Amino acid sequence: MTSLGPYASFVVTSYALVAAIVLILIGWVALDYRRQKERLRELEASGVTRRSGRQATDIR
Amino acid sequence: MTLIDLANPTKFLSLTARVLPWLAGATAILLLVGFYQAAMAPDDYQQGATVKIMFVHVPNAWLAMFVWGVMSLAALGTLVWRHPLADVAAKAAAPIGAAFTFLALVTGSLWGRPMWGTYWEWDARLTSVLILFLMYLGLMALWRAVDDPSRAARAAAVLTLVGAINLPIIKFSVDWWNTLHQPAAVLRMGGPSLDKAFLIPLLVMAVGFSLLFVTLHLAAMRNEILRRRVRSLQMMQASQQAA
Repeated sequence: MTSLGPYASFVVTSYALVAAIVLILIGWVALDYRRQKERLRELEASGVTRRSGRQATDIR
Repeated sequence: MTLIDLANPTKFLSLTARVLPWLAGATAILLLVGFYQAAMAPDDYQQGATVKIMFVHVPNAWLAMFVWGVMSLAALGTLVWRHPLADVAAKAAAPIGAAFTFLALVTGSLWGRPMWGTYWEWDARLTSVLILFLMYLGLMALWRAVDDPSRAARAAAVLTLVGAINLPIIKFSVDWWNTLHQPAAVLRMGGPSLDKAFLIPLLVMAVGFSLLFVTLHLAAMRNEILRRRVRSLQMMQASQQAA
């Protein structure tokens, strides 16, 4: 790997920012999935069922 | 499984559950290879090590436009074919597209400072990409502002198709106007003008980021389908309680 020279801070900041935003996107999608599954579980536990009769949390 | 089958949200959820782990794995491998190749790429004879910013800036800039293109197709799906998953696809893609556009703007700015002597210039390319970013934010605000998903979908679809006019403006801005931004070096008549030492890592990163988009998009679509399932169950619960 070559030295990044006098502009290393620009290169490192760019890569760090990309990594941070990508991780935030992955975290947001994963947390949102957990939140929706949790809400569906709570609704099913309270006795609300889908018209098809299938479990709301069943995605297989 | 045919395309028609995918119109069924339950079948779509079943498909995403099967393909998402494979897509996530392929994305991680490609991005790791891409980052390694980017780290090992030589310095440019004029730009020095700052050329490494290209390996993250360009894929994000391509995806900023590509995602709006995907949303435009989804908008047609909503307005013309009334595909049940079209507006789900459009809504799920908007925050991801906004993130790619933000990254294209900021990494471009960080590349511009040492090369152009300024973080920002109101030239045609930079300004048209900033407008794209603002359109993404506007679209996300519209989705949040309207409670009924089907009403929001039609308004968002019209706005998306109007906004698609900006895509050729971004692409050809460097040809139509005298801009600080360099002209296209890869997607151009006569083939890429980049040396293989830069072109190969760039293409690996571009495929890696594209797979990242597909993975995140499918996962976000799955979440949106579940959110709508929650909404319909809440409405059923409310009507049961009212009866």
